[in-house]
Amino acid sequence: MTERQSIWVFIEQVDGRVADVSLELIGRARELADPLGYEVVGLLCGHEVEEAARDVIRHGADRVLLADDAELASYRTLPYARVAITEARRRQPEIFLVGGTPNGRDFAPRVASALRCGLTADCTDLQIGDYESRREGKTFRNLLFQIRPAFGGNLVATIVNPNSRPQMATVREGVMRMPASDASRTGVVEAVVPEFELGDFALEILSRQVRHSTVKLKDAPVIVAGGAGISDAEEFALLRDLANLLGGEVGASRAAVDAGWIGREHQVGQTGTTVRPRLYIAAGISGAIQHRAGMDQSSKIIAINTDPTAPMLQIAHYRIVGDVGEVLPMIIKALRERSMDHREETE
Amino acid sequence: MTDSRPIDIVVLAKQVPDTHNITGDVMTRDGTMNRGALSAIFNPEDLNALEMALQVKDRHGGTVTVITMGPPKAANILRESLWRGADRVILLTDRRFAGADTLATSFALQKAIEKIGRYDLVLAGRQAIDGDTAQVGPQTAEKLGIPQITYAESILEIADGRITAQRALDSGSEIVRCTMPCLLTVVGSANTPRPPSVRRQIARKLAATAGELAALRTQWPEFETQGALEAYLAAHDLEIPVWTADDIGVASESIGLAGSPTQVHRINFVVLESTESKTVQPTPEAIAAMVAELVHEYIVG
Repeated sequence: MTERQSIWVFIEQVDGRVADVSLELIGRARELADPLGYEVVGLLCGHEVEEAARDVIRHGADRVLLADDAELASYRTLPYARVAITEARRRQPEIFLVGGTPNGRDFAPRVASALRCGLTADCTDLQIGDYESRREGKTFRNLLFQIRPAFGGNLVATIVNPNSRPQMATVREGVMRMPASDASRTGVVEAVVPEFELGDFALEILSRQVRHSTVKLKDAPVIVAGGAGISDAEEFALLRDLANLLGGEVGASRAAVDAGWIGREHQVGQTGTTVRPRLYIAAGISGAIQHRAGMDQSSKIIAINTDPTAPMLQIAHYRIVGDVGEVLPMIIKALRERSMDHREETE
Repeated sequence: MTDSRPIDIVVLAKQVPDTHNITGDVMTRDGTMNRGALSAIFNPEDLNALEMALQVKDRHGGTVTVITMGPPKAANILRESLWRGADRVILLTDRRFAGADTLATSFALQKAIEKIGRYDLVLAGRQAIDGDTAQVGPQTAEKLGIPQITYAESILEIADGRITAQRALDSGSEIVRCTMPCLLTVVGSANTPRPPSVRRQIARKLAATAGELAALRTQWPEFETQGALEAYLAAHDLEIPVWTADDIGVASESIGLAGSPTQVHRINFVVLESTESKTVQPTPEAIAAMVAELVHEYIVG
């Protein structure tokens, strides 16, 4: 047991493979911990997942608390929560972060309720800062600022938990940068023994179906996305052409998905996937807040819209007021000509 | 052999502002919000939870009780629940509940459910559209000391004191079996909620809380005194019970703002910002220049 204050991250794993969001959170925890001198701790439950523990250390953890038990092979609320509740009571972490996946959002409130601590859902940013409480007439130093969209995404709220520990938050997938794996990093893998209670096994998993999505929106370097401004299938095919040319993926707003141009797995936004590609081309997407919340961290945004007042044009780096059916072929042509020039130069 | 025992269900529901239909009237030009322009609706996934409860009742018998915590006008969703098929509804309302975060909310719901007494299942929507937290269901289950099945999409079987249900997850799905009593949170893809029945709507049109009697009597002048209206409602089982913090025996320091560990530090309105943005004309030359710039900056190519 350590005297150092700590930031914990719940490590989600499926069949020994650590979820991306858990590693993203290890990365963010590292950035928050270093100026404060805190330890970054991964809490890992599973069965025969020692290699996953090493992976967590390679991504930036100082220590992994590893609960290895056949009963923990697959995620179940009560056995997993039991380990977290027992260890958190014993070791008193300052901060406890959980990925905003369905199972993460099943786990975190169960644990927070037992620990009687505050929990903020689905954060999109985390910072450390001081909080002056007028109600209590004092200033709290180095609190976790839990930043999340509220009220359907029309507001951004900063939430703090001044008086309860740990300060718990779930964090949306894909909003924190994935840290690089560093094979030379060292850390401690500490075994913890689960202290199950009668009743922790009230639920059994009868079967599990894992769906492997072929759409890799989250990791795509370039996304070419279409919205309500796409008028027919031919125009939508232009998006695919451009995405292929740029080595990217096709994305869509809810309107384009609802119109049946493309499957829901391509939807970007608050109810779809959060993305931060190098380049986001928004073709005929007006830019409702729910959509912008899922893509406004893109490095460069090109917006094409016939309506000069469309919100998407206001956040874009390149604003093109024009028709998608005319502008997309111009971009495709310009790219093809460049690659031809390039070939001639190298020959 | 299926269990023929009737199943008693408590449904947790919330009245929410309709954040999914925010119009120009709601967000003003200076970025502030006009809350009055938002209509109050039955939280969509709570309707899916009510429908799931009614389907269990259709199949197994038993009772469906709907509880909501909120301001007095939340009685509207309780009337709607009665019209859709609920047997009994309860309004939890008290100024001391105001400002509750999810932990404080779950304390009040725990006490109210325990006051109801016997139940086999607690059903709630996965999350409410005003907060999108999905926390109140699991936090209530933990305080009741019962297991939870979140993201439930369908109930496959209820037999021998156990429930088999399917969970819908991003990465696939899971079929789980759990002992009852337990709490389920229900996703929107679970079912299509039945509409209010006209017959039930006519029969329970006058269902009201004590606080609504005065307003009700102005609409129904045929009741000559408030006493006559009260007697009519009592005789026809149309009184919606109202429970306060004292009625459910919950301490003031556990509920409302006082019982909420989370505090709002600040609220920022979403402001559109464009950093070094350029207007590009929709001409081949201008587009080619933009592409050249992106290649030069290693954004593409």
